[in-house]
Amino acid sequence: MISSGGTMWLPQRGSTFAADVDFSWDLVFWISTFFFALITFLLVWFVLRYRERPGYVAAPAASHNTSLEVFWSVLPTLIVVGLFWNGYRTYLDMATPPAGAYEVQVTGQKWNWLFAYPNGYVDGQLHVPEDTPVRLVMTSQDVIHAFFVPAFRVKRDVMPGRYSQVWFEAIAPGTYDVFCAEYCGTSHSTMLTKVIVHERADFDRWLAEASDFLSRMPPAEAGALLYTQRGCKQCHSIDGASGIGPTFRGVYGHDQALAGGASARVDENYIRESILAPLTKVALGYEPVMPAYQGRLRDEEIAAIIEYIKTLEGTP
Amino acid sequence: MSSSQTTPGAVERSATPAHARGDDYLRHSRGVLSWIFTLDHKRIGVLYLVSILSAFFLGGVFAVLVRTELIGPGKTIVEPDTYNQFFTLHGAVMIFLFIIPGIPAALGNFTLPLMLGAKDVAFPRLNLLSWWLWITGAVLSVASILIGAIDTGWTFYTPYSTTTAQKGVLPIVMGVFILGFSSIFTGLNFIVTVHKLRPKGMTWFRMPLFLWAIYSTAVIQVLATPVLGITVALLAAERLMGIGIFDAGLGGDPVLFQHFFWFYSHPAVYIMILPAMGVISEVIAVFSRKHIFGYRFIAMSSVAIAILSFLVWGHHMFTSMSPLANTLFSALTFSVSIPSAIKVFNWLATLYKGTIQLRTPMLYALAFIFLFTIGGLTGLFLGMLAVDVHLHDTYFVVAHFHYVMFGGTVMAFLAGLHYWWPKMTGKLYSELAGRWGFWLVFVGFNVTFFIQFIMGSRGMPRRYYDYLPEFTIYHQISSIGSYVTAIGFFVVAGCLARSLARGVPAPANPWGANSLEWWTPSPPPHDNFAETPEADDPYDYANWTFDPGVGGYVRPPARPA
Repeated sequence: MISSGGTMWLPQRGSTFAADVDFSWDLVFWISTFFFALITFLLVWFVLRYRERPGYVAAPAASHNTSLEVFWSVLPTLIVVGLFWNGYRTYLDMATPPAGAYEVQVTGQKWNWLFAYPNGYVDGQLHVPEDTPVRLVMTSQDVIHAFFVPAFRVKRDVMPGRYSQVWFEAIAPGTYDVFCAEYCGTSHSTMLTKVIVHERADFDRWLAEASDFLSRMPPAEAGALLYTQRGCKQCHSIDGASGIGPTFRGVYGHDQALAGGASARVDENYIRESILAPLTKVALGYEPVMPAYQGRLRDEEIAAIIEYIKTLEGTP
Repeated sequence: MSSSQTTPGAVERSATPAHARGDDYLRHSRGVLSWIFTLDHKRIGVLYLVSILSAFFLGGVFAVLVRTELIGPGKTIVEPDTYNQFFTLHGAVMIFLFIIPGIPAALGNFTLPLMLGAKDVAFPRLNLLSWWLWITGAVLSVASILIGAIDTGWTFYTPYSTTTAQKGVLPIVMGVFILGFSSIFTGLNFIVTVHKLRPKGMTWFRMPLFLWAIYSTAVIQVLATPVLGITVALLAAERLMGIGIFDAGLGGDPVLFQHFFWFYSHPAVYIMILPAMGVISEVIAVFSRKHIFGYRFIAMSSVAIAILSFLVWGHHMFTSMSPLANTLFSALTFSVSIPSAIKVFNWLATLYKGTIQLRTPMLYALAFIFLFTIGGLTGLFLGMLAVDVHLHDTYFVVAHFHYVMFGGTVMAFLAGLHYWWPKMTGKLYSELAGRWGFWLVFVGFNVTFFIQFIMGSRGMPRRYYDYLPEFTIYHQISSIGSYVTAIGFFVVAGCLARSLARGVPAPANPWGANSLEWWTPSPPPHDNFAETPEADDPYDYANWTFDPGVGGYVRPPARPA
C-alpha cells in the first residue's frame, strides 16, 4: 500500500539494530498469527458445527479438565518467557551505547529540535556519519518530548530538568524522518526534522563547512539559515501569515501592539530582547509560549537574524 | 403502557406470585424525584445506564470529529488546538465517564443483588450517593469544556498540564477526583454485598462468574482509585500554589507524575475489562446451552488479573524509565497475559459440543473473543521491550487499546445490555434489528482500527493533527470505518428504543439462564423476590425448557420458587 521502503508492517531499516528489532517483531508476529488463526478457526468451527438447528442434539461434554487447564496455562507461560527474553536481549543492546560514540547534544523545545555538535555548531537537522556509533544526549527546554526515528527503531523521551540518551549506528547514507512522539501541544505534529546520514569522509567536510557559515555568508543570508535551523520558522512566517507567533514580514520599523495595552517600535533592541527574553514584551493576540534563547544564540547570530528580518519588507 | 397484562401463563409459572404483577420496579412509584432519590439498586442501575450512555454519545461525537479532521493531512475542519481538545475530551469522557463505570455501575448495579437473590445492595444510600457523585463529577468535567477545554490528553501529563495556560485543568481534575469517589463507593458496596448477602446455597464457587468479575473489579476500584485522587490533588496543588512536585522548573519530577498516574490507570484498564469478561462468561454459557467450562480457572483468573494488574504500570513508560526498571516491568507485564489466555481457552471449550444459539448477545460475545484475542496478542508486541521502543506512542498502541477497550469492553457491554435488556425493561427487542446493529458495529470497528496497527508500526505517531502524505490512505480508511461504526450505534440505539415503545413483553426467562435474576419476573418487582430464593449451580440449564406459550423458558415447579 505504501512505497517508501520497508515491508507492509515496518518501515525501511536504517540502523544496525533495526534488523534485531525486526527479528523480535517477526517472532512475536508469527507466534501471534498462529494463535490468532487457531482461536479464530476453533471459534468459527465450533459455531458452525454445534449451532442449534433442527435435528441437532448435543452430545454430553465435560465441564472441566484439569490437565487441559494446566496445559493451556503452562504453554503460554513458556512462550511469554521466551518473548520476554528475546525482547530484553535486543533492548539491552539498544540501551547500552558503546564507549567512544560520537556525541551530539539534543534540545527539544516547542516545537523544534536543536542538535549541537562537539565544536559548538548548532543545526536544526541531525547530521551523522554512517557506520559510526552516535550517542544523543537529550534534554527539553519546556515540556516532555520524545525523539523518534522509525527507520532506526529508536525512541526516547526528552525531559526537562534531566538528560536522557539514545544511540544508534546508521548503516546507509540517506535522509530519514524524525518525529516528536510525546504529545507537546499545538504544533506537536509538525515538530519534525530529518536525520541526514553522510558517508564517513563527507561528514567532517560537511561539519566544517556548516560551522563556518557566519564568516562565509553575508549576515542576512546567515540570518535566513538560522531562521530555519534554530526553530524560528516553526512559529514565525515570512509571508505575512499569522502563526503561533507574529510574522517576520514587514515587522521591522513598525509599531507592535503588546499584551497589556502598550506598544513598542520593532527595532534592533526590541528584536534582541524578544529573542533573549521573549516573555518581557508579548505581542498582542499571541500566547506567551516562546522559549528563551538567552545563552543559546551568540551575538553574531542574533545580529544576523536581525539583518535577515530587515530584508523582509512589506506590511506585517 | 399496558404490558402488565402479559401472557397469562408467564407470570403464573414464574417465581413471583400474582400480587406482584402491578408492582414492577419501573412503576412502583412515579415522578422524577422518585427516580433521582431512589434507593432501589435497579433504578440506580437504570440512572447509571442513561448517564453513561449520554457520556458514550458525547465521547462518540468527539471520536467522529477526530476521525473527520484526520481525513486528510493539514487542516480539514478545525485548527490544531481544537483538534487537540477533541482527542483529549474523547479520551477523558470515554474513560472516566463511560467505560470505568460502564459495566459495574450500570449493569452491575442492576444485576448484582438480583443474582444474589437479595433485595438490594448492602448500602443502598451509599449507592445513591455514588450516582450523585458521578453526576457532580461529570458536570464539573463537562463544564471544563465551557470554561476552556483542556488539550493535555486524558493523561494530564506534567509539566504540560501544569505549565500551559489552560483554564479547564482545575475543573476537570476536580471532576476526576469526585468521579474517583463514586467509583470507590460502588466498589466498597459491591464487596460488602458479595460477602454478606449471598443466599442459601451460593458458596463462593457457586457464584455466577459475572459476580467473581465484579468482585475482583471492586477490589481494584477500592485499592487503586485513591492513588488517582492523590495524584490529581497534587497536580492541582502544583498548579494553584506552585508547589514543586512534578515540574522540573520547581524542583519536581515529571516522571513521578507518570508513575502515580499509571499506578491507578493501569489497574483501571482491568476495572474496564474484568467486568466485560464476566459478562462474556455468562453469555457464552447460556447461549451454548452448556455448563461453563473450567469454572474455577475462570474465577481464579479474575482474581489473578486483579492482583497482577497492580504490578505492570511501568510498561506505559518504557521510553522514560531506566533499563533495569524496564526489564522488571516487561517481565511482570507478560505475566498478566496468562490469566487472560486461560479465559479465552475456557470460553472456546464451553462452545465445544454445546448447542450454540446465535442470538444478538451471543454475537457480541463471540465478537468479543475474536477482537479481544487480537487486542491481547498485540499486547505481547508492546510487552517486548525492543519492539515496544519502536511502537510506543504510535497508532499501533491506539489500535491495541481500542481492540481491548472497544473490541473487548464495549462489545461485552453491548452483549450484557442486550442480554439483560428484557429483564431491565420487560420488553423484547427485535432480533433482526439487533443483528443488523451488531454487524455494522463489528465491521465498522475493524475497518477503523485494524488499519491503525499497520499505520502505527510503520511509524505514525499518535495525537498528531497533521501527518506525512504517505499515511493518508490509512487515515482515510480508518475515518470511513468510524462512520460505519457510528451508523451501527444508531441502529443499535434505534432497536433498543423501539423495543421500549413497541417491544413484546418479556417473559421471566427469555434465554433459559439459571442465575437467580431470571427467577423473578421481567421487569422485577420492587423487592426483587417474593421469597428469598435458594441458589444452585448457575450454569445448570437442564431444568429449563422452552415454552412457546410463554415465549420463554420455564422450570418445573418442584424447584425452589
